Amino acid sequence: MSQLLVDVVRERFGSAVLESHAQHGDETIVVHPANWKEVARFLRDEPRAQMNMLVDLTAVDYPEREPRFEVVAHYLSLQKGHRLRVKARIGDADGDDAEIDSLADLWGSANWMEREAWDMFGINFLGHPDLRRILMYPEFEGHPLRRDYPADKIQPLVPYREVDNIEKLPPFGAEEGMSFGRQTHIQSGEED
Amino acid sequence: MEPLDRDLDDAELELPADPTMTLNVGPAHPAMHGTVRCMMELSGENIVKADVQVGYLHRGFEKMCERGTWNQVFPYVDRCNYVSPMLNNVGFAMAVEKMLGIETTERCQWYRMALGELARISDHLTCTGAMAMELGAFTPFLWMIKGREMVWDIMEEESGARLTHSFGRVGGMAKPPTEGFAEQARAAVTQILTIIDEVENLLLTNRIFIDRLQGVGFISAEDAVSLGWTGPCLRASGVPYDVRKAHPYLKYGDVDFDVPVGEHGDCWDRFMVRLDEIRQSARIIDQSLDQLPDDGPINVEDPRVVLPEKEDVYNSIEGTIQHFKIVMEGIKVPAGEVYAYTEAGNGELGFYLVSDGSGTPYRVRIRPPCFLVTSGLERIITGQMIADVVPCFGSLNMIGGECDR
Repeated sequence: MSQLLVDVVRERFGSAVLESHAQHGDETIVVHPANWKEVARFLRDEPRAQMNMLVDLTAVDYPEREPRFEVVAHYLSLQKGHRLRVKARIGDADGDDAEIDSLADLWGSANWMEREAWDMFGINFLGHPDLRRILMYPEFEGHPLRRDYPADKIQPLVPYREVDNIEKLPPFGAEEGMSFGRQTHIQSGEED
Repeated sequence: MEPLDRDLDDAELELPADPTMTLNVGPAHPAMHGTVRCMMELSGENIVKADVQVGYLHRGFEKMCERGTWNQVFPYVDRCNYVSPMLNNVGFAMAVEKMLGIETTERCQWYRMALGELARISDHLTCTGAMAMELGAFTPFLWMIKGREMVWDIMEEESGARLTHSFGRVGGMAKPPTEGFAEQARAAVTQILTIIDEVENLLLTNRIFIDRLQGVGFISAEDAVSLGWTGPCLRASGVPYDVRKAHPYLKYGDVDFDVPVGEHGDCWDRFMVRLDEIRQSARIIDQSLDQLPDDGPINVEDPRVVLPEKEDVYNSIEGTIQHFKIVMEGIKVPAGEVYAYTEAGNGELGFYLVSDGSGTPYRVRIRPPCFLVTSGLERIITGQMIADVVPCFGSLNMIGGECDR
């Protein structure tokens, strides 16, 4: 069933399908990143595919490879019951230039999952309506699920956020502060 | 401090030029169980625009999974959906087993099913109970938590821990079922079904409860599918997709159960689908316990993945080495990738695993059903009144640990 599906995509996109395999029974195709969105649209609208659900979208970082990231999407057809994994490889060795088209206007589920992939890997989804960090806070530096991000890295302290149009004072003045809490581990050397 | 007897008539009442008002609920708000922040733009009491922000419970599990062995992932998946950790345990174990090409034993499969359905009951009891409590009905909540405690007593008896069992193992379970498991499970399920009946008597004819749920938080089947919703929330919208029926795993193909489906996709349907699923889970448990063999191996006989008996570890060099290799180096999973999915309490729980052939996972992606369900909250509360946020949010059963990982 799914093998047929791979053939359907191959028939339509030809050489844009770079490779395919069916490891552990999961049909997989790797497509050229330029065709990412076209393939997605085709899978959704083609009557033989009818992939109406984008089940999962994530990325995997392979720092020793070029291109570095693999964006992985899992599609499911509720009517036909078949699944397909589509991957595309993007990004250079530094992790810059990792850009791919957003699927947010095709599936609602892509919105948050792409935000997560941006947050965790720094993959820029072109045309995404609202590409903000989702699990991390806005001031977070770096992208934590990259392999070169150390798991025990300490992030810099975030100053009070400046929020416009809000009548609210910070809980303490600049000189007050808490004698305990996060600030102390930075200044602990001076206090002793 | 301002004097309490300030004369309000003197003060000029200033209305903002812009008729909308921004209201921030959460992240630590009693009605936002879990930690979610909801920024709402209000016009009067109507929500014009909403922005749901998650991530306050992010603990970096996917990163941490890349540092240990495959078996050391179990405690992390426990803490994803902490109301039904057994389902997560089984889901992850099955994903690794799919990669290794292992078929678990008959006894293990029935045992996993019975435990998993008990965990599903505890998940649904929590969700429906909390939902009722947030709408002012405290009694059903207490009754349902009493039922949940019965499930957790069984879990404690089996695994030693009430909440985070870490009971799954690649290739089987940590321990075989205890002697009184079947008896205890049957007794608990009977009592839970009585609780459900009593709760229904209290709630389903209550005018206030009905009015606050029916026609509130509507979502169409197309939207739910597009948003990647699975589980009870999707079924409430009328799409009969259940992984246990659509792609049967374990022994779900051999048991008899129905998939409850809603009609309208409102909060009421989500509530009712969950209640009905508890009854279906009870049916599955009953059949699983009938079929659960009294003896036989619980783990596969595969020295690559399963720890040897303690007697062998202490008395034979082969056993010692085998134990050492599995504990220190971890299970060697062949290089490759796999996506395995099971039906968890909130929908399709997927694991996308990448292995580089070493004893440590290269990438563990947990596909949390809650994350996608919560992404639809914005859509269902826009246009509703502010009081409707509470039942809408409650009916989605957002579990912070699973959503934010």
